[in-house]
Amino acid sequence: MQPIGYKQDSPEHLDATFAALADPTRRAILARLASGEASVAELAEPFAMTQPAISKHLKVLERAGLISRGRDAQRRPRRLEAQPLREATAWLENYRRFWEGSFQRLDALLDDMQKQRKR
Amino acid sequence: MPNTLQITTRGDREIVITRAFDAPRIFVWDAFTKPELVRQWLLGPPGWTMPVCEIDFRVGGRYRYVWRKEGGIEMGMSGVHREIVVPERIVATEKFDQSWYPGEAVGTITLVEQGGRTVLTQVLQYESREAREVVLKSPMESGLTAGYDRLEQLVASMARGEKTA
Repeated sequence: MQPIGYKQDSPEHLDATFAALADPTRRAILARLASGEASVAELAEPFAMTQPAISKHLKVLERAGLISRGRDAQRRPRRLEAQPLREATAWLENYRRFWEGSFQRLDALLDDMQKQRKR
Repeated sequence: MPNTLQITTRGDREIVITRAFDAPRIFVWDAFTKPELVRQWLLGPPGWTMPVCEIDFRVGGRYRYVWRKEGGIEMGMSGVHREIVVPERIVATEKFDQSWYPGEAVGTITLVEQGGRTVLTQVLQYESREAREVVLKSPMESGLTAGYDRLEQLVASMARGEKTA
């Protein structure tokens, strides 16, 4: 079993994944696609955004391998590709765990410090 | 708004951490800047102590941290303070002794108080996107918790990766 974080992905792949995730519109698109595939028109609907603007976001997501196009020639629906997203969030979770542990200790220390200064 | 830790990437080279604390800012400032307090919380996963925690808290002053795990594995980190604005901002370099990422990072800590609660924003800027990627792929916890042979394996594979890049 390969431990998380030792996977040999190219720098460009990971960079594209994080760039894709760093935008709130793109995260919202991914959330929508988690419920099922959708066409560009369907994806544009909740945003005050033109289809070309949404298409730019979709290109970023496609380049990162996070979404793919369906075969329906008319609609070309987009669908979520879960594996790259899982990998990226797994790495962030490792990093998060380190800091969560430290900050939980800091919470307890701050609590003690405030109690002591009140006496 | 809950106090939950948020971690995101920003641009090519940055990792941004935000976390709120239920304490006035001066307490959080002290906890980040006084060695006797820092060593009580900046420990990562359980099982680690901080035998060295030295802070020369002035612009141009160095700091040095050494963490030790039961069993004797040690991890050291040091840097220099570049900017200090009491009680709201610290900019300092950081570099690990057994560095598994290339170059030096620059850390900026900002504290903002909102009604008795303090919001911390910590920005870590790495020298390159590859350096940031190494950190995210094998973060401090892995470096600290890995057995010494695993850490050596990791460093060796990163070196191989750099050679073939």
